[in-house]
Amino acid sequence: MTTESSRVAAAPSRAAAFTPAAADDANLYRRLVLRRQLILAALAMALFASLCVDLALGPARFGLDQVVAALFTPGSVEDSLRVILWQIRMPVALMALVVGASLSIAGAQMQTILSNPLASPFTLGISAGASFGAALALAFGVTLVPALVDYAIPLNAFIMAMLTALAIHFLSMRRGVTIETIVLLGIAMVFIFNSLMALIQFFASQQAVSAVVFWTMGSLTKATWPKLGIAFAVLAVVVPLLARHGWALTAMRLGDAKAESLGVKPRALRLEVLIMVSLLAAIAVSFVGTIGFVGLVGPHIARLLLGEDQRFFLPGSALCGALMLSVGSVLSKVIIPGTIIPIGIITSLVGIPFFLFLILNHKKNAW
Amino acid sequence: MVTLTLDRLSARYGRRQILADISTPPLHGGQVVALLGPNAAGKSTLFRRILGLLEGDGEVRITGTRSERPIAYMPQDNGATAVLTVYEAVLLARMQGRRLKVADADLAEVDKALAELGIDTLAGRDIGNLSGGQRQLVGAAQALVQSPDILLLDEPTSALDLHRQISLLSILRRLAQERNMLIIAALHDLGHALRFADQALVIESGRLVDCGPCEQVVTPPMLRHTFQVEARIEPCSQGRPQLIVEAAI
Repeated sequence: MTTESSRVAAAPSRAAAFTPAAADDANLYRRLVLRRQLILAALAMALFASLCVDLALGPARFGLDQVVAALFTPGSVEDSLRVILWQIRMPVALMALVVGASLSIAGAQMQTILSNPLASPFTLGISAGASFGAALALAFGVTLVPALVDYAIPLNAFIMAMLTALAIHFLSMRRGVTIETIVLLGIAMVFIFNSLMALIQFFASQQAVSAVVFWTMGSLTKATWPKLGIAFAVLAVVVPLLARHGWALTAMRLGDAKAESLGVKPRALRLEVLIMVSLLAAIAVSFVGTIGFVGLVGPHIARLLLGEDQRFFLPGSALCGALMLSVGSVLSKVIIPGTIIPIGIITSLVGIPFFLFLILNHKKNAW
Repeated sequence: MVTLTLDRLSARYGRRQILADISTPPLHGGQVVALLGPNAAGKSTLFRRILGLLEGDGEVRITGTRSERPIAYMPQDNGATAVLTVYEAVLLARMQGRRLKVADADLAEVDKALAELGIDTLAGRDIGNLSGGQRQLVGAAQALVQSPDILLLDEPTSALDLHRQISLLSILRRLAQERNMLIIAALHDLGHALRFADQALVIESGRLVDCGPCEQVVTPPMLRHTFQVEARIEPCSQGRPQLIVEAAI
C-alpha cells in the first residue's frame, strides 16, 4: 500500500510534465463568456439598425433621422409620419422580429431535443400542416372553428399545425420510438400535407389557387397590432419556460444516456419542449404563412457564433432569426422598388447562399 | 461517512428481468469497489438501478450524506458531439438542477476537476475534436465536478493508454480516501481491480455471485467459472498479487 501511494502522488505531476503549463481555465472561460455577451450585444444593435431601415422604407421614404425621432419622441414629428410609422409599418416590422425569433427558437430546440441538424418547424411538418389548414379556408371557405373573418385563416392554420405536432407527440410516445423515428414521422407529415395541398389546388378555382400559393410564400403584410400582440405574448411566455430548462437542454446534446446520468429526464423534457416550440412555430406560421428557412438556419448561425450553451444559444437563436427576417423584410422592399416580394422567397434565396458560405468556411465543427 | 447498501435489488426492462436479488453488505466511503463480470452481465444495469433510472424491487440505502444528489454516474462514452468546449461540458454537469447564474465557486470546482485529472490544458477544446481517451477523462471530470459522495464509473479506463489507465485509477483511489468518497467502478481488467480496488462485486447474468475483499474474490475458481479463463494469481517479486492468464476455456 505504501509503494502504491507514492506512485499515486507521482502520477499527476508526470501527466503535467507532458503538457504545457496550464493556464487559468476559469479566466479563459470568463473571457469566452464576455466575448459571447459582446456578440449578443452586436446582434441586438444590428437588429435595431435593421428595424430602423425597415421602418424607413416603403412607398413614402423617410430618413433614418426622422424614423429615430418618431420612435423616441413621437410628439415632435408630423402626424403623417407618425401614423405611417406607428400604424402601418411598425406592426409589420415588429412582426418580422417576433416571427423570426419564434421560428428560430423553435428550430433551435427541435434540433436540440431531437439531436438532429435538420429538425425545424418546416421539416417536422408543422409548417406544412399550417399551410393545409390555411388552404382549406382559402379554397373552400372551411373554417375549423367559427371566428372573425380576419382570424379564420390563421386559426385554421394554427389548429392544423398543432394537430400535426400532437400527432407526432403521440406517435413518439409509443414504445420503441427513437428520436430518429420522430424526424422520419415529421418528414412523412410533410409529404402527406403536400399531397393534400396538391389535391386542394386541383379542385379549387383559379382564384383560390393563387390565394393559396400567395399564402404559402409567406408575407408579413398581413400583420396587425392585435396579431403582433398574440404572437409576442406566446413568445414571452415560452422563452422563460425554455430558459428554466437551460442546463438540462444543453445536456440533451450530450445524448440521452449522458443527460440521464446528470439527472435530466430526456423523454419528459423532449415532450414538454416539443409542445412549447410547436406552439411557438404554429402561431408564427399561421399569421405570416410559410417562412421555411429561418427555423433551420437561424439556430445554425447562432451555434456557429455562440456554441450550444443555452444561456447564449437561446437568445442567440432568437436574435439571429429576428435579424434574418428583418433584413429579409428590408430586401423584399428594395430589390424591386415599389413591389414587396413575399418574404419567404427572400429568406430562402438570400439565406441559403449565406448559410452555405458560413458552414463551408467555418473550421470548427458546426454540428 | 457515506454508506451504500443494496438490499435484494432487482431491475426489469419491460417484462424482462435483468437483475435479481442483489444484496451487499454496507459499502463505505473512502473505498474503491470493483464491479466485475463478463459482457452483458448487468453491470451498467446495476449502475442505472442504483441511480434510480430503472424500476425494480428491493432497496438502495444511502446513509451518512447531506447531499440531495449524493451519486454521480459516468456512463460509457457515446461519442455525442455538441458544440461545447471541454470547460462548458464539465460546467454544465455541475450546474444541472441549479440556477442559470454561474457562481465563482462553480468555476473553481470545474478548475479543480480538470486539474485533478490533468486535462486543464484541454479546457478550451471543442469536445467534438477530442480523442476517445480524452473524452473519457472529460467524462470522469463531469462526474467528479458534481462533488459526489458516491461515484459510479462504467468502464472508466476502456479507451485510455496504459499510462493514463494507471494514472486515472491512482487519482481516483487517492480522491476516494481524501474525500471519503465511495467509488464503484466497472472494470474489465482484473489486474487493475487487484491493484486498485479494496472490494469486488462479481455479477453474472444479473445475479451477484461473490462480494468481498478483492484478493479473496478474484481467485482461479472464480476466473474459471465466471470469466471462463484458466488463470493463476501469484505474487510478483515486489510481493503484489499478479494475474497470469493461461488460456480461454
